[in-house]
Amino acid sequence: MSYSALTKQDIQEMLRAIGVSSVEELFNDIPQALRPRSFNIPAGKSEFEITEYLKRLASKNAVNLVNFVGAGFYDHFIPAAVDAIAGRSEFYTAYTPYQPECSQGWLQAIYEYQSIICELTGLDVSNASLYDGGTALYEAAMMAVRFTGRKKIIMDSGISLIYRTMLYTYTSNLSIDFVEISVVHGQSAREELLKHLDDKTAAVITQNPNFFGAVDDHSDVVAKAHAVGALAIQSVYPLALGILKSPGEMGFDIAVGEGQSLGIPLSFGGPYLGFMAVKKELIRQMPGRIVGATTDKDGKRGFVLTLQTREQHIRREKATSNICSNEALCALRATVYVSLMGRDGFKELAELNYQKAEFAKDVLSRIPGVTVKRSSPTFNEFTVMLPSSADDIVYRMIDKGFACGFPLGRFYKGMDKYLLIAVTEKRTKEEILTMSDSLEASL
Amino acid sequence: MKLIFEKHREGSLGVSIPVSDVPLSKPLDAQYRRVNQGDLPCVSELDVVRHYTNLSRLNFSVDTNFYPLGSCTMKYNPKFTERIAALDGFASIHPLLPQLMGGGMLAQGSLEVLYETEKLLNEITGMRAFTMQPLAGAHGELTGVMLIAAFHKANGCRRKYVIIPDSSHGTNPASAAIAGYQVIVIPTDAEGSMDLQEFKKHLNTDVAAVMLTCPDTLGIFNPRIKEIADMAHAVGALMYYDGANLNGMLGKCRPGDIGFDVVHINLHKTFGTPHGGGGPGAGPVGVNEKLIEFLPIPRVIRRTDGTFALDYHRAKSIGYIAPFYGNFGVILRAFAYMLLLGKDGLIQAGEYAVLNANYCRVKLQEYYDLPYPRICKHECVFSASRQMKNGVHALDVAKYLIDKGYHPPTIYFPLIVKEALMIEPTETESKETLDAFIETMIEIARLAQENPQAVTQAPVTMPVKRLDETKAAREPNLRWKK
Amino acid sequence: MNVPQNLLYTKEHEWVRIEGKIAYIGITEYAQSSLGDITFVDLPKKGAVVEQFKFCATVESVKAASDVYAPLSGTVTSINEELSAHPELVNHSPYEQGYFCVIEIKDASEKTKLLNADAYRTYIEGLAA
Repeated sequence: MSYSALTKQDIQEMLRAIGVSSVEELFNDIPQALRPRSFNIPAGKSEFEITEYLKRLASKNAVNLVNFVGAGFYDHFIPAAVDAIAGRSEFYTAYTPYQPECSQGWLQAIYEYQSIICELTGLDVSNASLYDGGTALYEAAMMAVRFTGRKKIIMDSGISLIYRTMLYTYTSNLSIDFVEISVVHGQSAREELLKHLDDKTAAVITQNPNFFGAVDDHSDVVAKAHAVGALAIQSVYPLALGILKSPGEMGFDIAVGEGQSLGIPLSFGGPYLGFMAVKKELIRQMPGRIVGATTDKDGKRGFVLTLQTREQHIRREKATSNICSNEALCALRATVYVSLMGRDGFKELAELNYQKAEFAKDVLSRIPGVTVKRSSPTFNEFTVMLPSSADDIVYRMIDKGFACGFPLGRFYKGMDKYLLIAVTEKRTKEEILTMSDSLEASL
Repeated sequence: MKLIFEKHREGSLGVSIPVSDVPLSKPLDAQYRRVNQGDLPCVSELDVVRHYTNLSRLNFSVDTNFYPLGSCTMKYNPKFTERIAALDGFASIHPLLPQLMGGGMLAQGSLEVLYETEKLLNEITGMRAFTMQPLAGAHGELTGVMLIAAFHKANGCRRKYVIIPDSSHGTNPASAAIAGYQVIVIPTDAEGSMDLQEFKKHLNTDVAAVMLTCPDTLGIFNPRIKEIADMAHAVGALMYYDGANLNGMLGKCRPGDIGFDVVHINLHKTFGTPHGGGGPGAGPVGVNEKLIEFLPIPRVIRRTDGTFALDYHRAKSIGYIAPFYGNFGVILRAFAYMLLLGKDGLIQAGEYAVLNANYCRVKLQEYYDLPYPRICKHECVFSASRQMKNGVHALDVAKYLIDKGYHPPTIYFPLIVKEALMIEPTETESKETLDAFIETMIEIARLAQENPQAVTQAPVTMPVKRLDETKAAREPNLRWKK
Repeated sequence: MNVPQNLLYTKEHEWVRIEGKIAYIGITEYAQSSLGDITFVDLPKKGAVVEQFKFCATVESVKAASDVYAPLSGTVTSINEELSAHPELVNHSPYEQGYFCVIEIKDASEKTKLLNADAYRTYIEGLAA
């Protein structure tokens, strides 16, 4: 079974038309010596059998844990309408809208997505999406290197370790000088950061909220960056932008981030959504597809892929990036999600996340031996110090039905007793209280 | 159609946010809060659903139209894989679960999917190991080139160049350049393959890799490919296989057996996962013995007790190239697809893809110039240069096809063919569909002679006529603004 | 095809108009017509040093980007600011309003490596045939 629609008779007629006697003859140009040494693939099975098999595998995953793990990837509720729209095959079985006249639906949806990302970030222009938050951060850093002609990048260690590591991997053959600013009390050492900003700096990168959940206003960092001719890049958690000061309001040149929180399932790490918005001076340095509005020959509004000379299919080795496929379907999910929330709902949802996490902080701070870190305000995620190894305690909590947080010792040296706890709108008061009781009993 | 922003009604709500069940805490300080809330649209749920449902109907898609977009392998996307990817047990799993102590046991099902998919891809391509992490084909290319760089570095040499034929996808030179290499472009010979004399001229010990697509973007299998691989290996260069066109080789030839050292596969092409309007894709990268130790971390391993785990302890690994384990949802769909087709189905997919492409080739060669007239694999590339003499360009042919309900072939690529029309029908199309498409293409060829205006006016049946792309680029309007 | 007599040309279709120690630089009628509607010109920065026959600017249409090479070596003293808002000037007036930049000439003897109008006209006629 290959979902083919050809009948035996069709095949005979087609072979006759081509002038060969068998399908195999069409492969005569592949020398015998290059034929497969083996092709030991199991025989095909029915849709029913495979569905049952994969359902069994799905049931081996711990689907019923109450989840307080975030660390950049969050368990938010997804309205059914998001699935309904993204599940329309007129969307998901199309490809990149190269032919605008028969792709207006996609093009308009992406134009709306770009507009939403601009509204959220407070910046001028967005592209049509990148792979994920980490590759978006890398692309932003490379934009700054190209734009300034400089090679020094200053990074706050409050940026997810995953993203920093990705950035190092990608640039391992390029001579980029990275400076990492240490974290003190859950915030980057501001003096140190400002001190490193000099006329060799291509960009300074911060994250808000940072990996520890801490919220900050980086306007002073941006001002100093601009004073030395560097760009300022911020990685943001888009749902938090319902209430947090936007990158645009702080003066950032580039905002990037992981869009998973906007209606995209956790799905064990992907597919996700990298987003990027920039000030308009940087448009031509942007990677990826961009949709623009224009008119047809009757003057009617329509949408096209535009500014394509930046891209690999035209500029080849001189392109701003090698990206071709992006995450359009995830961008559509984000667009529908934000449209459903609307300006007011989106803000209310962000407030709710904040409130739930504040409540959890209060509850947990009453446990003897547990210290909730309060040196900075947070959004929906925060750090607690436990009396012993967070790893062990998390392990014990799993048996009680909780993924109670992410042990920071996994990513940061000397933080073995610290636990990073995320509380989204999905966590009820009762779940928070029960988790707190279980945690107290597990210490 | 109006924009969603233009449907804004002050006070409309598309969703009900849960009422808070926790006592009110002190609000976040004003200094951290946004002042400008941003003009997000406020629209009811029905209006949102109607808006995007209506937008969806303005697209051509595989489920609604024949979509022979060359090099993109727009085959049917089985519906059952959508249902599987949506299973709560897969869709709701946090990627950090296996990184908790003992947490590997919380995601055994997902780890097994990754492990088993890798095994299947190994066998299909003849490679030794795959990383499932690359998030798209081009991302796989970058990963592959970085693996090659790590290999040369480990061998104490820093090579400067990557050799790429001029018929390649644009992503190849872009990926090589981004990874820090200079690109040497080799022209195509009269047979449609990389010019061997030119290739030899540029091949030396400063060449890190040769990146090839096979079958190439003309749909042609290069019979001297083994010779090229041997020559490259003789100077210590590695061979990179761009797997964008793997569909036409399934079960007939494996890049690993030819001697390729690195392979990327576009799961959304060969293994039937949806193209999603531009993505997400997935671009797993396979390697042979030489490169295994450099693969990104983590690797999924099977313990002696049969359970699965993540291995981070790999000293020579290039590091993280994705936040986690790849586009899991896409990998899962491809896995289900491969299991359903099985050995015979996969071989048949390749065979029928080639049969359909050759059928289009012979049926149309009388009407359109065929610059490389020989048996092709998954796609055939025509030129509209004959029609151009009457003012009908490849672009016009494409637009007329839209009026007739066909998504156009890829046009103006590969760059080496003037007025290129690159047709990839895929195996899932019926003969009736191909015959009707061929009819239309013949009609266009006739119109190009008799009434070129009829073609150059197209499309006239779509929601918009031809759009002013010059205006779009000169006066970029890239967002709605209040 | 318009090929003014008072200019010198390159085989890459750039022109230069020498006025004492300075020179105006642009692309030819032939270049603009083969590029089609020009959508963007990426000019060198004021003060940049350009070298004869080396990359100095990029000119873009909807589906193509072409490098522009300096016909003479020198230092960029001013650029045509109009082009950022009106790239179409290159199409409408390639030799006048659509010039790219002005340079201070470094070495006047380099002009012997350029084509005069007749030689350039012969050259492009050869390309057309």
